[in-house]
Amino acid sequence: MHKPLSQYLDLANPQNLQAYQSTGGYEGFTNALKMQPQEVQQQVSDAKLKGRGGAGFMTGMKWSFVPMGEDAPKNKYLVCNADEMEPGTFKDRWLMEGAPHLLIEGMMIAAYAIGADVAYIFLRGEYRLCATRLQQAIDEAQAAGLLGDNINGSQYSLKLHLHTSAGRYICGEETALINALEGKRANPRAKPPFPQVVGLFGRPTIVNNCETLCNLPGILKNGADWYTQISDGADTGSKIFGISGRVKNAGLWELPMGTSARHILELAGGMQDGLTLRGWLPGGASTDFLLAEHLDTPMEYDAIAKVGSRMGTGVIIALDDQHCPVGMILNLLQFFAQESCGWCTPCRDGLPWAVEILTRIEAGQGSQDDLDVLQQLCGFMWIGKTFCALAPGAVEPLRSGMKYFADDFQQHIDHKGCPHRH
Amino acid sequence: MSSVIPIQQVDLVGQPIVNYRDVLSGKEIAAIEHECSLYESRPAAAIDALQIVQSERRWISDESLYAIADMLGMSATELEGVATFYNLIYRHPVGEHVIHLCNSISCWLHDYQTITEHLSKTLNIEFGQTTKDGKITLLPNVCLGCCDKAPALMLDGELVENLDIKSIDSLLQGLRGGKNA
Ligand SMILES: Cc1cc2nc3c(=O)[nH]c(=O)nc-3n(C[C@H](O)[C@H](O)[C@H](O)COP(=O)(O)O)c2cc1C
Ligand code: SF4
Ligand code: FES
Repeated sequence: MHKPLSQYLDLANPQNLQAYQSTGGYEGFTNALKMQPQEVQQQVSDAKLKGRGGAGFMTGMKWSFVPMGEDAPKNKYLVCNADEMEPGTFKDRWLMEGAPHLLIEGMMIAAYAIGADVAYIFLRGEYRLCATRLQQAIDEAQAAGLLGDNINGSQYSLKLHLHTSAGRYICGEETALINALEGKRANPRAKPPFPQVVGLFGRPTIVNNCETLCNLPGILKNGADWYTQISDGADTGSKIFGISGRVKNAGLWELPMGTSARHILELAGGMQDGLTLRGWLPGGASTDFLLAEHLDTPMEYDAIAKVGSRMGTGVIIALDDQHCPVGMILNLLQFFAQESCGWCTPCRDGLPWAVEILTRIEAGQGSQDDLDVLQQLCGFMWIGKTFCALAPGAVEPLRSGMKYFADDFQQHIDHKGCPHRH
Repeated sequence: MSSVIPIQQVDLVGQPIVNYRDVLSGKEIAAIEHECSLYESRPAAAIDALQIVQSERRWISDESLYAIADMLGMSATELEGVATFYNLIYRHPVGEHVIHLCNSISCWLHDYQTITEHLSKTLNIEFGQTTKDGKITLLPNVCLGCCDKAPALMLDGELVENLDIKSIDSLLQGLRGGKNA
């Protein structure tokens, strides 16, 4: 099968500019430069590319809200969201370490398509090796005239800078990210106005996930038809899927959209000897639990939603039968409580409360009432009740975990202890 | 580093106004100016500036904070709101080496607690503390993005993966200059 992303990947020794170009790199961007920006947008719409940041929003559609033409504001921005702090997710790091020029080319295509003059990579602070390799790639592209003024003799000019953040999950939320880039405390912003119109420094801004951008070179090089034929499911193209937890060989694979989770688990060699799969989160900490019976569901946005979860980042976390589901949910909620930005009350107060209750239940000191309060908290922190999607994301593993592992919760209360810790 | 803040004035809310040139080195100033040139506004370089100064001085003292605020033309209170927001900006002194141990879900599934206990016992400190000799600070960290090689930690910015008791012991021995702990 085609591997438009990982064909360029070399983790030990990533391709430099010359090597990348000699294997077809920057051909997509060269094609884009010969087209009108709106034609590039159209091609990406035709390819039906969906954003890989978690929500699966159509990339072409997202771009179409950016004001274009002579009257559009002079500064427009493109930002690559490379904050990747969703626990259990490590796909963007893989791409940036292994194929830095692929991301740079993808950003150049996106920036051209929306008429941006400046682009930033918003990189999480812990990704030091990514930072070194990306900066090298930027410098090479700059020196070769692929970045800067009048690129390839065209009218188009683009500056591209690397911004390294300093560790806070909420910075990955796109409006919080914009505040962070402005040097402000990274609380999310109210929408509308949407960033496409009023974003970074008040100017039109597109924030796209790293993997989304890495899909663009292939689309512009080979065309939308080629791209839509990579998978035969509902979603187009390939996806970096992966799995971690107590499996034999945790890792990442580029596979057609719609590959089943069972196949991903098989690529990982299955569960470790003596362990059975009890549940799995399809795409990071903020997605609902699914069970072994759901393993044949295609990893597609709608199909995973239909069985009650979200595809999220597409990197699976597997829960085995020797770990306590209540303990796992507690660990997940501790993360969200710590990383809540504190802006709105349901999340700021609700998450620590949920952690307090889960801690009690896990320690065998919970009561039946605690379960009711947890259920209520899931309602208080659901979509529409909070300022951003962090709290609803935290609710997902909690509410689904309480449903699927109700017996485990009950045992903790009835036997005043964790059945997994005899 | 001098601990006396060269206070010339106090602003409306009583924050000392510091002239950044009295505090920051030429190297720091040049690096921060470069970052400022990459954005539409000077305060946008806040996080970069904090990281630049921290990489020179290990942590952000009040004096550094006032100086950076002055250099970027923002209030110290606003900058403090930014500095304390981030997990990787240290507003307390840290040791020569900083260990960030991942405590997120995949590392939990790989029993990071055993690693925590061993580190804690060997170093005789808890999360958030520094060893008596000022050598090592131990901090928790959210998912480090290497869940396929859990459990993992970050030592002075470098990832160390697939941890076990043995690898922790040799790591600590290395940090203590080969001397047996
Ligand atoms: C709390 C929170 C954290 C997020 N973190 C990230 C992240 O680290 N990387 C990312 O690409 N998107 C993240 N997102 C999603 C972004 O807000 C945004 O939808 C995404 O960057 C859009 O890119 P796409 O259209 O290419 O998918 C996060 C969202 C929330 C609510
Ligand atoms: S939901 Fe949580 S993270 Fe989002 S704005 Fe409210 S407090 Fe902040
Ligand atoms: S959970 Fe520890 S590295 Fe991801």
